[in-house]
Amino acid sequence: MNCIIIDDEETSRAIIQQLCSQVDQLDVINEFPNAIQAMKFLNTNSVDLIFLDIHMPDFTGFDFIQTLKNPPKIVLITSDKNFALEAFEYDCIVDYLVKPITLPRFLKAIQKAESKETSVSTNSTESVSGISSEENDLYVNIDRRLIKIDIPTINIIEAKGDYILIKTENQNYTVHSTLKKIEEKLPDDLFLKVHRSYIINTKKIIDIEDNSVLIKKDVIPVSRSNRPELMKRLNLL
Amino acid sequence: MTETPNLKYIKDLAAGSEDFEKKLISIIKREFPEEKKEFLANYNSKVFTKAAENVHKLKHKIGMLGFERGYQVAIDFEEGLKEDNPVLFKEFILILEAIEKFLKGI
Repeated sequence: MNCIIIDDEETSRAIIQQLCSQVDQLDVINEFPNAIQAMKFLNTNSVDLIFLDIHMPDFTGFDFIQTLKNPPKIVLITSDKNFALEAFEYDCIVDYLVKPITLPRFLKAIQKAESKETSVSTNSTESVSGISSEENDLYVNIDRRLIKIDIPTINIIEAKGDYILIKTENQNYTVHSTLKKIEEKLPDDLFLKVHRSYIINTKKIIDIEDNSVLIKKDVIPVSRSNRPELMKRLNLL
Repeated sequence: MTETPNLKYIKDLAAGSEDFEKKLISIIKREFPEEKKEFLANYNSKVFTKAAENVHKLKHKIGMLGFERGYQVAIDFEEGLKEDNPVLFKEFILILEAIEKFLKGI
């Protein structure tokens, strides 16, 4: 993948260059200290991937994205976790890296960029799977904004009074809704209500012990009545 | 303040490349004093929104040099400055001074 780096901080550009140098499939063809220079470059060049800083003077990363007619895949790089929600509004953004960036986290972002490429290319023969990318998306209303959540990334959903807490691989969302409502929106083959307060993604189970399952670092209780269905879903040896 | 700067992150990133390590340290040595100077100018002029932007940038270097609690102080200070609250200045400046001293010694 041909890529460019846009970041006003030279230290950050050097770090991304170094991380890219450790990934064979990445070829950094240019780097820019501001978005304006990058826009000029993109008028006559095409790239597959952009590493983009959000917080730049005069012209932010989000301003830059809005100028692109056909944006390539974008990995945001920032020191600010507060922009994560806004990032989800752009389909071209494949990941969101918080500085200082480590190699394992960087590699995960590249995997996401590659898998997005695969899913885009298989969309033309989509009837094979029968699952459109839209069916993988769930929009939730948070502070009067509709935030997109990629359903397979959801680990756990927990009932919390009038709210539900949706825990995904990267982020948690508190939404005014009920487990019953969200359960209707989730694919049956992936999600299971294991307790009156919990729905889990069965693919994310690390281990099961007595009446609980471990997902990431969360120990989730399993009701006695739901345990048989859970066991049925497992590929037991 | 009990935290001290270190090069662990940079060495991990370098993965044995001394050239990269030297290059990155040299960039930091050049950028850091400029960023600190700009921050102090904005802070002393009480242009706190601009000072918050400076802290935002300095935050990356604070994290890179191994400060964990210091990184959180920078986050809180940046948020405070956005609301005209400079209460963490003294704590923040101690971090910058520790980095300055460290960079002079390497």
